This record gives sequence, structure tokens and C-alpha cells, in this order.
Amino acid sequence: MILARAEQATRRYGDVLALDRVDLNVPAGELVGLLGPNGAGKSTLLNLLVGLRRPTGGRVLLFGGDPRDPACRRWVGVTPQETGLPGSLRVGEVVDFVGAHFPDPVPRAELLDRFGLADLARRQTGGLSGGQRRRLAVALAFVGRPRLVLLDEPTTGLDVEARHALWDAIRAFHADGGTVLLTSHYLEEIEALAQRVVVIGQGRVLADDSVAAIRAVVGLRRVSLTADDLPTLPNLVRVERDRERIHLLTADADQLVRDLVTAGVAFRDLEVRPTSLEEAFLTITAESRPADAGVPTTA
Amino acid sequence: MQYALAHARYQLLELVRTPVAVFGSAFFPAVAMLFFVVPAVGDNPVGATYATAAMVTFAVLSANVFQYGVGVAEDRAQPWDPYLRTLPVGPAPRFAGRVLAGLTLTYLSLLPVVLIAALLTEARTTAAGFALAAVAVALVSVPFTLMGLAIGYALPSKAAIVVAQLVFFPLAVGGGLLTAPGQAPAFIEAIAPFLPTRGAVELMWTAVGDFRPEPLSMVMLGVWIVGLAALAGWAYRRDEGRRFS
Repeated sequence: MILARAEQATRRYGDVLALDRVDLNVPAGELVGLLGPNGAGKSTLLNLLVGLRRPTGGRVLLFGGDPRDPACRRWVGVTPQETGLPGSLRVGEVVDFVGAHFPDPVPRAELLDRFGLADLARRQTGGLSGGQRRRLAVALAFVGRPRLVLLDEPTTGLDVEARHALWDAIRAFHADGGTVLLTSHYLEEIEALAQRVVVIGQGRVLADDSVAAIRAVVGLRRVSLTADDLPTLPNLVRVERDRERIHLLTADADQLVRDLVTAGVAFRDLEVRPTSLEEAFLTITAESRPADAGVPTTA
Repeated sequence: MQYALAHARYQLLELVRTPVAVFGSAFFPAVAMLFFVVPAVGDNPVGATYATAAMVTFAVLSANVFQYGVGVAEDRAQPWDPYLRTLPVGPAPRFAGRVLAGLTLTYLSLLPVVLIAALLTEARTTAAGFALAAVAVALVSVPFTLMGLAIGYALPSKAAIVVAQLVFFPLAVGGGLLTAPGQAPAFIEAIAPFLPTRGAVELMWTAVGDFRPEPLSMVMLGVWIVGLAALAGWAYRRDEGRRFS
């Protein structure tokens, strides 16, 4: 069963095309990561899927229906990118209030305990730290015993320990049969949680594959060197020249260096660095564009 | 209904945590009572009763225009508001909850006015008149609630505060809330029937004394309610579409 679906979903804001004919299926039981740089359209896609906005083209389905129909949101839990909890309410009151929208909410104490917030039930949310507030916002997604949760950058602003605790909670939900669609900037987070990754850039789906396959693409190394001339080398993803400096993007830096030495290239100032996620995105983005489009700029 | 109560409870909790909000809407009508009504007509039973009813209308106007106009505009600026729209409940309970909480606050803000009238003036009405007036308050809240919602959904919060203030005072004076029936300057008597405040105060006067409402004021009150409902509905739908762009 497909719990969330986008068919050729397009969303414009005035002149800006935030989503461009996006297809996405989230079947029951999957844990799908949406990966992409800022402004790629991840949040817009989530907002379409929960009915906050209407697509300007194509359609979105949630549990087979229009997400703007409240009944279709019955089994969905959401954590938006921005928390914005009502500052004067206490943690327990917020949980009770959100829970009141569901027929069979998780009891307050149980939910707070699961997310390590039990000691904070009496605190006003305005007095919480950023990380505590974020944890509460994620906990709220689970209060209605959802079958699908949509988490928009759930661990932004959390320290390592809190991040891992949240990951455990998300994994436990998935192990119980729950379905998760989460967005992230961090490849590490997607790798830790997801089985499937959808890479979004400039409003389009650039890749939709297993974590291993995506890692092969984005797990590139950048080998930089200074040399006058290079022979043809195998396994290069991309070559960039910056005056006499040459940057080679490859999946296997060790082999590339061996090839350079074997070929007798007179290089100096060799540097090998992992590519940032941003560079990886640029690579995928560049491949998806017409060859004459030049170097893409980041959003 | 259960959802509406949850929302009303949540709204009232927020209000109670910032008591100044409650205090603010009760303050002006109470002060106006002390400064204008008590010294001027305090010892005249009929005059004091009508003046008190006018002050009650004044309090209803200010409580509703400000709490909805400013409150809704401020809520819309918070990410919490779109979050609530992802919950599996439509907008109606949220709306009903807000109105329930608003009505509660309105009645609260009337307490000082009624107390001052009872203790410091000769204003008197029957038990039936008092009960009728309490019902009239809910009725009279309708146009001003709609006005506040229209302002709140149409404007960002900084503009909403200004517009609420701009609208509020001319409506109060122009509708004759600060003058006894038939005692206002001629030009106010002329424009008053066309303002919603006039129809509102005439309903209050009818509830507490033997006043006969003017047909023109009643018809215009109905016209205002329809017009403001359309405006509020338009602002609400427009807001749903473009809130985030």
C-alpha cells in the first residue's frame, strides 16, 4: 500500500518554481530519506503531502485521498521544520492539546518518557532549550499513534547524544511497522536511518535509490593536484580546472593516485579530500542538466 | 465539539498565563465608566442604565476587535499555526474554540463595568433585563468578532494593531456609545444608524430598558454582519492560499 504519493506534483510561488513535476511513492513500512540542499524543495514537498499547500500542477495523495481532507491525516504525524511551540503552555499541556485531536492518543507520561522529556512535563515550552523544544516537536508527531510520520529536519540543532536518542526512537517506530519520510541535510543522518534515499535539487527528483547506491554517487573524493598535462584517466566523475590546479572527482581515490603514478604524471601538491554533500549534490545536479548549462549555483 | 473545547481551553490557558491581556480589555470600559458615566449620570437611574449598556457595548467592541484582530494576526505569524493545520481536524473546531474563548474573555471584561454600575450608580434593571442583556452581549459580539477576524486574517500583526485602533474609536463615537440615546450631536445622530455599533447598542438598550430599536439601525446591523462575514471568509481563504509564499 502506498501511504503518500506525489504524481507530477508542481508548485510555483509566483515566478519561482519550487517543485517541478515530482513523482514520489512512500509504501507502507519504508523509511525514506529526502536529501537535498537548502531551497531544493524538500519542505515544499512535505507541505503538499500534509495538505498545507495545494500543488499548482499534478496531484498528491495521502492514504489514497486528498491531504486537505482532515480524515486523510488521521494516521499521519508531522514535525515541521520550525517548531514554534506556544511559549506560555507547559510541555504536558501541549502534548494533551495535540493528543486531543486524535481518537486514541499515547498517554502523556508514556510519550514524554519515550523521548526523554519526562522531567520537563511541568515546564513552559518557552523556557526549554532549543534541543528540548526540538525533541518535543518530534515527540508530538507520534502522539496520535500514526502509521506514517513526516519529519522535516528532525534533528537540526541537536547535540550528538540527543540526535542519537531521537534516531533510536525513529528506528523503534519503524521496527514496529511504522512508515517514515524524513528530510535532512546530513547524509550521515539518512545513512543511519533510511533504506531508501530520494535526492531533490532545484525542485526535481535527481535520484531515488537505495542508500548504498546513493552513497556510491555522493561518497566521492576530490583529488587536487598541480600538473601541466593529464593523460586520460579511468573512473573520473568530473574534472575541474582552476588555473594550473586540477580537481578530479572520483569514487576511488586510491586507484586514481596509483593510476597517476603509473602514468608518470609530473604532479605536485597532491591533496585528497572527501567531497562535501554540497559538492555531491552539485555533481548530481550538473549531470541532470543540459551540458551547456555551465556550473550550477547553489541555492 | 470536543475539539472546540480543547481549542478553547488552550486559548484560555494562553490568556491566563498573560493576565495583562485580560486586564487590557477590561480597563478602558471600566475607566470610561468611572470618568464619564459615574459623575455625569450616576444618580439618574434611566440615564445610568443606558450609559452602562452603552459601555458594555463599548467593551464588547474593544474586546472583540482587539483580541481577534491582533490575536489572529499574531498567531498566523507563528509556525505553530500551520502545524495545527496538519492535525486531523478541520478549521471549524479551531474557529469555534477561538470564539468560545473570545466570548469568555468578553464576559470577563464586562465584570468591572457591571460592578461599577451596580455599586456606584443608580443604574437598575430587572433580572429578566439582565439575562436578556447577557444574551444580547453574545449577539452583539457577532459583527465585532467578524470584524476582528477580517482584520486578523487580512493583515500582518503590526498593521492589524493600527487598523484595529483606527476602526475602533470612530465606531464607538460615531455609533453613539459615548452619548445617551438621542443626546449625541446632530451629525452623529445622522451617521449612527449606518454603523454596526448603533444597532448593537440599541439591542443592549432594548434588553435593559424600554427602548424601541430603530428599524434602520437593525437593518444596517444585519447588512454589516453579512458584509463582515463575507470579508472575514474572504480573508481566511486568501490567507490559506498565500500564507507561506
